[in-house]
Parts: sequence; structure tokens; C-alpha cells
Amino acid sequence: MRRGVIAAIALAAILAAAAGATARSAAHAGTKADTITVWVGWSARELAGFKKVVAEYDSKHPDVNVKVVGGINDDKITAAIRSGNVPDVVSSFTSANVGSYCKSGAWVDLKPFLSKDHLDVNVFPKTSQYYTQYNGKRCALPFLADVYGFYYNKKMFQAAGIKSPPKTMSELTADAKKLTKRNQNGSLKVVGYNPFLGFYAGNAPDLSAYAPLFGAKYTDAGGHSALSKDPAWSRLLKWQKNLVDWYGYKNLQKFNAGAADEFSASHAFEIGKLAMMIDGEWRVAFIQAEHPGLAYATAPAPVDDAKKNLYGAGYVNGTIIGIPKGVKHKDQAWALLKYLTFNAHPLAQFSNLIRNVPTTKESLNSKEIKPDAHFKTFLTIFANPSSKTTPITAAGNAYGTLIQAFAVKWQAGHAGDLHAGLQKLDKQIDAQLKQAQAGGVP
Amino acid sequence: MTETAVTAGAPFTAERRRARHRAAWRRRRLVLMLMSPWIVGFCVFFGYPLVMSVYLSFTHYDLLSSPKWIGWANYKYLFTEDPQVGPAVRNTLWLILIMVPLQVLFAFGVATMVARAKRGVGFFRTVFYLPALAPPVAATMAFVYLLNPATGPVNVILGHLGVNGPLWFQSPQWSKPSLTLLSIWGVGNLMIIFLAAILDAPQQLYESAELDGAGPIQRMRWVTLPTISPVILFSVVISVIAAMQYFTQAYVAANIASGQASQAGDQTVNNLGYPEGSTLFYPVLLYQHGFRFFNMGYASALSVLLLIVAFTVTVLIIRNSRRWVHYAGAVK
Repeated sequence: MRRGVIAAIALAAILAAAAGATARSAAHAGTKADTITVWVGWSARELAGFKKVVAEYDSKHPDVNVKVVGGINDDKITAAIRSGNVPDVVSSFTSANVGSYCKSGAWVDLKPFLSKDHLDVNVFPKTSQYYTQYNGKRCALPFLADVYGFYYNKKMFQAAGIKSPPKTMSELTADAKKLTKRNQNGSLKVVGYNPFLGFYAGNAPDLSAYAPLFGAKYTDAGGHSALSKDPAWSRLLKWQKNLVDWYGYKNLQKFNAGAADEFSASHAFEIGKLAMMIDGEWRVAFIQAEHPGLAYATAPAPVDDAKKNLYGAGYVNGTIIGIPKGVKHKDQAWALLKYLTFNAHPLAQFSNLIRNVPTTKESLNSKEIKPDAHFKTFLTIFANPSSKTTPITAAGNAYGTLIQAFAVKWQAGHAGDLHAGLQKLDKQIDAQLKQAQAGGVP
Repeated sequence: MTETAVTAGAPFTAERRRARHRAAWRRRRLVLMLMSPWIVGFCVFFGYPLVMSVYLSFTHYDLLSSPKWIGWANYKYLFTEDPQVGPAVRNTLWLILIMVPLQVLFAFGVATMVARAKRGVGFFRTVFYLPALAPPVAATMAFVYLLNPATGPVNVILGHLGVNGPLWFQSPQWSKPSLTLLSIWGVGNLMIIFLAAILDAPQQLYESAELDGAGPIQRMRWVTLPTISPVILFSVVISVIAAMQYFTQAYVAANIASGQASQAGDQTVNNLGYPEGSTLFYPVLLYQHGFRFFNMGYASALSVLLLIVAFTVTVLIIRNSRRWVHYAGAVK
């Protein structure tokens, strides 16, 4: 009898266990039908890294199956939102477009979600808080940041007798001249520092990477363009043009034309054709993957001689991530978004994989971040209170196109009087912003 | 008798009239049915977008929220404030005034030579037509590579000859001539049209001219050109319209030559018009406002202006052509 009872209990336990397992697998199988789709801009190696981060979330959350689509740009995001056939989570490299997304409601307002889960955006540094909202409406969150710093070739520094990286623009200019080598015909063999606007990301022609190094302000207290009123812009442009002229405009044009694409393994700095440059933190991972033997170091970028206190700051930009309107699985999308942006673990994990800067204050100091002297520089720059991003406007980064049009003419020597040119540029930017706001105040 | 005939004939005539009417309706329905694919295509892909473009040009529309009526504000900005419109119009005019005539002249010249060739006619026709089959993106990339001032084979060869080659796509002075070279290289379609027209010219006219003592230049002037003048008009009109819509090659060349063909999703860098705005043609500017800045209301205003200008220029060319185009068998 006792044996029978034991056998019955054992059988019941086995059946219960089997039933439980079946139920779990059924639940898993059932919820897997709730596939949520994430669109990101990353491709190749970086996309593989993101998929790895998401796979961990996927394995811990049987109620969802996360599908990742890479290589997405803002055209595709906009087209999807317009068609109503949207992914559940979208991300964009172009944080300047946050104005359009928030203002139009194309990316949903995240305030109700944040309030419901008692989440405070002060976990992000101020700069990242700024480029993920528009006029106080938060429709995006930061998901890793791009921070610009200074890279230099240690071997070339040693050969030229330079002891430490430059801290001011005049030191940078002097070092650049020492490190430059020319061919017999006068063409450039090795460039010390290439200031040519349009040459690689550090020389973005809209001057975005240089503006924080000169403390240059885009707008005045009234919100109007202030490029002619803030003398920092003139100093920036004069410094840049003087160095371009020292190399010779045409010489630099030829050098640039022969230099490989910046996202190829033949990047001029990586193959020793460029001794110093300003670039984003991602270059650390590129060098590690493509030229691990390169003897280089990183430091904060040199600053305006008149504003030495800015040393340590830099240009900050970043990936923004949000939920598009018309989303099918809003709660699951929010759960994933919250996990990716507020949780130090995935931020540190993804940061280690693609060497972008993690975006919460906690994750910046996470023990999970792999120690790397090259990369640490960028964590420090990101945390610097003087680090800045570009203004978020209703016109996206359209104003940058006008700055670029003027700046490239200036470096070519076709812009005429600098102050008059900047005054005209201010008027153009104000008119453009007014137009983008449908007649409203810029 | 007469009365009887009239009363008997009346229903017969009415019946015939109704039958004719029914037959006419059947014919109209058939025509309508046969034309319906075109009518639907025209309404969906031309009529509706045209009407919507005109409407949107009076709105502020960011593609994501509903259009907001702003009256003439977009046109005011276009004509009085946008600093990029002037350069874009000048760049596009350059194409119309320099690239189009060169394209037409080159196509006509090649067609004349191929028409006269005694041997290897098929080979030459193929060789000159082949570039027209190359996809514009691939062809542009190839040209940017060939004309790279530092590493491109063209400047390397020029260097060996002691010539310091230009900066081609990297120079605001040379970027449009470089694009013109690309367009001349791919002029195969026009060349084939000219060739067909030249070969179609009545042989007896040449024989008569020759008997009258006309030399090759006179035969060209007084026989070939008048004979193919409708084809010249056609070529000029379609080339001018194509120049006003010039986009792909300029877009690709600017992105590749600037050296900042960035990662897939990265749109933070704006290379359109590189170098120094010299390749910022009107359609590129339109694209920039519509799809980079999501300012579709303003882009629509730009497109409406483009349509009006393209229509006006075409009408002017056609009206002007009455003086120099000769249609065989036409009566004045």
C-alpha cells in the first residue's frame, strides 16, 4: 500500500513536472509570437555587438522575441512612421532630428512611462539629457554616446622630440608643423594635423567638433544665431585657415583625395600618414580590430589659447532611441528600452563591444567596463561639464549646412571679410529657423 | 404617299440613331477600357502628386505631422531668403548652358562618324552605346576613382607627361566639368537616336547636292542638319529637362569625393554639394530640404517652381524651334 502511495506520489510529481515544463515551453512558444522589432543604424561588427546585448535580454524574457534590423537611417524611420508599419523600437545616429520626432509626436512621449516606473533622467549627464528631448518634451533616451578626443602617434612624437600632447591650439599648430613631412615635389607625405574641413569626422565642416574647444556659442540669450557676436567663432576660423594655408589648400586637397575612407582599415592615422587627429571614441575599437600594434595614445583635444580652462572638454553626440507612434507592443518596447538605457549592465556590455561611451553616470563608473587607457580619456571628456553638443532645433541640423557652406568657402579663401560673412550667416540661420518653425520665433 | 413614307421612315430613323448611339458608346467604353491603365497610372503617379505638391507648397509639412497652412511663406523664403537657392540655380544653369550643348554635339559627332564608317560599324556602335548601359551610381563611382587627384590613373598618367593634373571632383572649378565628362561618356542613347536619323536622311538629296557641287560641309549644312532637325529638337528638349532633374551623379560624386561616405545609418554629415556647394544642383537642394531636413512643404514649393520653369523652358525651345526645325512633308 505504502509502495503504491509512493509510486502514485512519484507519478504525480513526474506528471506535474512534465506539465510544468510543457506549460513553460508552451508559454515560451506562445509569447514568442510577440516578436518585437528593433531598428538600429549599426552595421557589420557593431551590429553583431548589439545583437549580442539584445540576445541576453531575449533569453531572460520568454514573453518576447527580439528581432534586430541594422543599417537603418532616418529616411527609413520616417517612411515607416508615415506608412504606419513601424518597428517597436527605433534608434537614430542623427540626434539633431530629435526636434522633428518630439515636436510631431512621431516618437511617443516617454514621460508617462518614466513616471509610471519612477525613473529619473538625471541618471544621464546633462548633455545627453539635452539631445534626447525638444522643448521639454522627452521622446528619446540616450543609448551610448560619441565623444570626440585627441589621438596621437607616440612613435612620431618621440621621433620629433615632442614630450606630451598639445593642450592649446598654438601648441597643436607648432607640433603639426614639426610632424609634417613633405615629398620632394612639395606634396604632403605625412601630415602632422589635418585641419581641412570635411576631412574625417573630427573636421566636420559644420565646425561641431571644434566649437566646444573654443567655447563658441551658437545662440544669444534671445535664441538668435550669434556666430558674429561671439569672437570665439572668428578665432576658430582664423586658426583653422592659417594652418590650412601653411600646408597649402591644394596640397591638403590632394592628400585628402588619396587618403582612404575613414571607416576602412587604411585610415590615414592607422597607417601612419597622419600624426594627430581629433576623432570619436569608436576609433579605439577600430584600431584594436585593424591595427592592434599601432603605438598611439589619446588625450583631451587642445583648446583655444584664450580659454585654457576648457581643456578636458569635447564635442559630444550620441545615439538616440525611442518608440515610434503606432507601435504594436508598446509595453514590451518600453521594457526593452528601459533595460537598454537605464541598466548599467547592457550599457557596459555594449560599450565594451563597440567602445562607445556608456550613457548613465552609473555605467560610466561600472566595474564591468573593460579597463583601457585609450578609452578612459573619452569617459573623462564625457563627464566634463564643459563638453557640449550642437543645438537641437526645429530644423534639425539644417543650420549646420549653412555654417558648412560658409566655412568651406572661408577655408578656400572665397568668403571675403570674416566678420561680414558671419553677420550674413547669422541672418541666414535665423531666417531658416523661422521658416522651419512655420513663421514662429526661432 | 409621301406622308405615308415619312411616318413609316420616322421610327426607322430613330431606331438607327439609337443604334448608332449605342455603338458609339460601346466604342467609347472600349477606348476607355483600353486606356484605363494609362489613365489610372497618370492620375495616381502624376495627377495626384502634382496636385498634392501644389497644396503642400503652401503648408509647413515635416512628413510626420499634418500639414499646416502657411500661405505664401515657403515661396517668400524661396525667393528672398534661402541662401542656397541662388547657387543651386546657377549650378543647374551651368549644366543647361554647357553640359547639354556638349552632350548633343558629342552625340551628333559620334553618330556622324559611325554613320560614315566603312568597316566595323557594329563594333563602333556597340562601343559608343555601351556606357549608356552602365548604372549611373557605378559609372559615377568609377569616374571618381579614375579622376582621383592623388591616386587616380588619369592624374598619374598626366604626371608622367609632366602635367600637374587638376583636382577634378575635389575642386569647385573642376567638379562640374568632371560631371560633364561623365555625361558625355554615357551619351550612347542620344548617339543612337542621331544615328538612326542620319541613316534615314534621303539619299537622293545628297546626290542632288553633290551634283550641284556641294562639298561635305555644305551637304552637312544644307542636307543633314535640316533633315535631322526634329531629332535635334527632341534631343535638346529631353537633355534640358534631364539637366533640370540632374541628381544621382551629383549625389554620388559628392559623397564619394568628399571622403566621408560614412556608416550606413549615419546622416549627421551633409556632403551634398561637395566641394564648396559646386555640385548643389536644384534637385539636390530639393532632396536636401525634403528628405534630410524633413521640410517637405518647402521642398514642394521648390518642386512647383521647377515644374513651372521646366514647362516654360520647354515651351520656349519648341516655339523658337519653328524657325530652324523642318518636318518632311510639312506645309507652312
